[in-house]
Amino acid sequence: MPSNRPIAPSTLSVKDLLWQIHWNRDKCTLCGSCTAVCPVKALELGVFRKRDVRIAMGIQGSADNVFSIYHGIRQKTDPAFACVGCGMCSMVCPNDAIMPVRSDETDKQRFHINRGGQARSRGGRRNSTDSLLDRIKFIRISMLTDPALDAGRHEFQIRTLLGRILPPEKSLEFSRNNGWMPPVREIYPLIIGGMSFGALSPNMWEGLQMGIAYLNEELGMPVRICTGEGGCPPRLLKSRFLKYVILQIASGYFGWDEILHAIPHMKEDPCAVEIKYGQGAKPGDGGLLMWHKVNRLIAAIRGVPPGVSLPSPPTHQTQYSIEESVAKMIQSMYMAWGFRVPVYPKISGTSTALAVLNNLTRNPYAAGLAIDGEDGGTGAAYNVSMNHMGHPIASNIRDCYLNLANLGVQNEIPLFAGGGIGKNGNLAANAAALIMLGASGVQTGKYIMQAAAGCLGSESDRCNICNIGKCPKGITSQDPRLYRRLDVEQVAQRVVDVFLSFDTELKKIVAPLGRSTSLPIGMSDALGINDHDAAQRLKIQYVV
Amino acid sequence: MCRLFAITSRTPVSPMVAVNALDVMREGHDGSGVGLFMRDLGGPFKEIKDAPILSGIFSEQGLRRMDAFMVNAGFSILYDLAIRPDRIPPSGTPKRDCYLIRAYDYPVAWKALDTRDIRNRLTGIRLELRAMGQEKDDMIVYSFWPDVVMIKEIGDPMRVACMLGLDREELKARIIMAQGRQNTNYAINLYACHPFFIQGYSTMTNGENTAFHPIREFLETRGFAGYSGYQSDSEVFTHILHYSAERMGLSIEAYKHVITPLQDADLELHSDGSFLRLLKNSCRKLIIDGPNCVIGSLPDYSLFMVQDRKKLRPGVVGGKDGLYAFSSEICGLDAVIPDRDQSKDFQPMHLDTVLVGPDRQEVKICRQTDPLRHRLSA
Repeated sequence: MPSNRPIAPSTLSVKDLLWQIHWNRDKCTLCGSCTAVCPVKALELGVFRKRDVRIAMGIQGSADNVFSIYHGIRQKTDPAFACVGCGMCSMVCPNDAIMPVRSDETDKQRFHINRGGQARSRGGRRNSTDSLLDRIKFIRISMLTDPALDAGRHEFQIRTLLGRILPPEKSLEFSRNNGWMPPVREIYPLIIGGMSFGALSPNMWEGLQMGIAYLNEELGMPVRICTGEGGCPPRLLKSRFLKYVILQIASGYFGWDEILHAIPHMKEDPCAVEIKYGQGAKPGDGGLLMWHKVNRLIAAIRGVPPGVSLPSPPTHQTQYSIEESVAKMIQSMYMAWGFRVPVYPKISGTSTALAVLNNLTRNPYAAGLAIDGEDGGTGAAYNVSMNHMGHPIASNIRDCYLNLANLGVQNEIPLFAGGGIGKNGNLAANAAALIMLGASGVQTGKYIMQAAAGCLGSESDRCNICNIGKCPKGITSQDPRLYRRLDVEQVAQRVVDVFLSFDTELKKIVAPLGRSTSLPIGMSDALGINDHDAAQRLKIQYVV
Repeated sequence: MCRLFAITSRTPVSPMVAVNALDVMREGHDGSGVGLFMRDLGGPFKEIKDAPILSGIFSEQGLRRMDAFMVNAGFSILYDLAIRPDRIPPSGTPKRDCYLIRAYDYPVAWKALDTRDIRNRLTGIRLELRAMGQEKDDMIVYSFWPDVVMIKEIGDPMRVACMLGLDREELKARIIMAQGRQNTNYAINLYACHPFFIQGYSTMTNGENTAFHPIREFLETRGFAGYSGYQSDSEVFTHILHYSAERMGLSIEAYKHVITPLQDADLELHSDGSFLRLLKNSCRKLIIDGPNCVIGSLPDYSLFMVQDRKKLRPGVVGGKDGLYAFSSEICGLDAVIPDRDQSKDFQPMHLDTVLVGPDRQEVKICRQTDPLRHRLSA
């Protein structure tokens, strides 16, 4: 910054930025790879003038100046081009000459990313490493009074039910009288949560679907994946693989024109229909696909013009109450597939979840309830929604389960938990904790993006640019130059790796608890936590 | 580990037979308690088969309070067998005033009631007495049911039996179940001692039910007063049996499908697959886990044994025409029926339910993978 220019309020130095790029002139070969790969153009060619003062060693002789020019990179300090810390520059650098480093103090950039009155929006996660689920321990270990099971050799049944289950007496009565039985799917308790075609790149989507198909057809694991709100490619709708897919309908109804038209051509019913009323990352806000990502393919599938932002409304516009929602939407969705496909709502974690749940218990069509806690991830949301809105999943699920148990319907409406499962890498432990708190299964998205596709996001505001379609790994981009970086088959293989290792870890948790023949849903006597207040709140044991 | 022994005999036998079998198997249990269940009674009870019999332990004060309560409820005594031990109890056994086995005549007002009503009222009275006893710590009530006697006490089974003089003439039964050892998971409490009984169904278990808490929560919310007061993880086996038979009308063959359902591949091949899948889904909360051998007695006077899904606990059935026994160990069988054909002894595996009916002629074996002969109870 020249000294004679005024300093604007948003004039920042590199020190003020969240991510500072450390560059080593000695190692740099000036290949330009880093500047080319940077998704936010934080780097530019730097031409540096350097002055060396040379002083003669003897008494005589005068000092002189040597001026030289050298080239390198310069980090932009305009907040619009602030480095996001993705580290792609390090990845492509042939000489390890460059690396983003997180600031050692609270950055100043955060106060300036609302220029033009635009509040910050981004993709990613809540950027908080705090996880109550990580603190829950499994304390009921079978010792001597009963033989512990062998996770490697004993027979296990890791399955859950998705769908409305009638109470035992009613089940038999309905079956005797040939009454309508609500459809029930027996599935794997770890579901890939709703990430839309549009939010994800075609390669990522295809990789996930291939992985799911392999798990089902080659390994016999009934893993299911939810589409998110954005429809489903017609080729998949008309294929036999549709049975592994949970179709999501949300307030924008994107993609449903295509889906409804495909119904007569469907070879298989979908696994289920999820009606999204809310998501954990941005409670009270609809889905948001920004114009950057709405290319022709996405536009065609969603039934919209290309190049426009697609904000879904926060609520379903035709509905004003849960009663109406249940009456209209759940039943019309059932009707669309001849009452053969379970339909369930998904809501954001909220202190009003019990009211929703209580209503669902009285409706024989509600096939379950999915609750997405505050730690859920997203492709795009306002920063404030992601960081501050929402309800933690553990107590929300626990309250709902205890409420069901109170009513005696804990086997009838399955609860599915999402949001923050595996956020610090402990996927199986977090899932098992939620199951024992009362969830019938869990949904995860971010973990899959990280493990199956190498998403660079972390809980420290790294990358988080899923919203603008610049994903440097090609996971959430619709730009072929970016998503071709992602190999479809390798994504599929990683999906399989994730589920196989999850399966082993889950068995390693439930086997010592003496459980193998049924999923330990609500087995809270096995849980402990070293926080007295949390223990009381969750009605589990306090252990120190 | 605890040890179980059950016998079904065409002619009434003394409970000492079962206690003796437990004594033979003493290496397998710690001698910390004994529980006895007797049904199809001989002796004086033979003539009053329909009269409800109250079994329990009472202090003198408890006896007076109970008497007042029963009189007030309209019951009159038909037969009384009060065992008042006169010697010092063996080490570990508390001193008790009275072990009571007393048959009552129904109140006049009950005569017009239908069977279901009477059964529920009997359960209600038992629960009321139990609550009264827990309040003042002066009575423990095990059962109040026609043709059923129960005795439970802390201490070595043989010593307790000798102290109580169980070899007495008036105490004989055609069906006897006996268990040695107190519950170990929780504080010693006679309500945690097997066998457990509810409305004609009784079971005892060797093992641990790791799914106890979710099952208990499920049963407690079925709207039936009898599903309460759980002190042992094994008590739910009895209540699941009662629930599946009485509330769902299922046969004993189907009981095994409730507690340890088949896995998917087997269900696909099963001729009753869709029915069994329905059962598995709707009774998911009743699936037991962990190692368990369950022996039980049904209202139709049959005796059965089922094993857990992995068959992790011992259990053998053997006998001869008119006399069959279920035992944790073969040495228990040998002690009681030495002259049986040992080659016909049967150790049920993970898919089996074995049943000896009231005719005491044969051991019936139902394999879970076979078609269900009876879905519903008779």
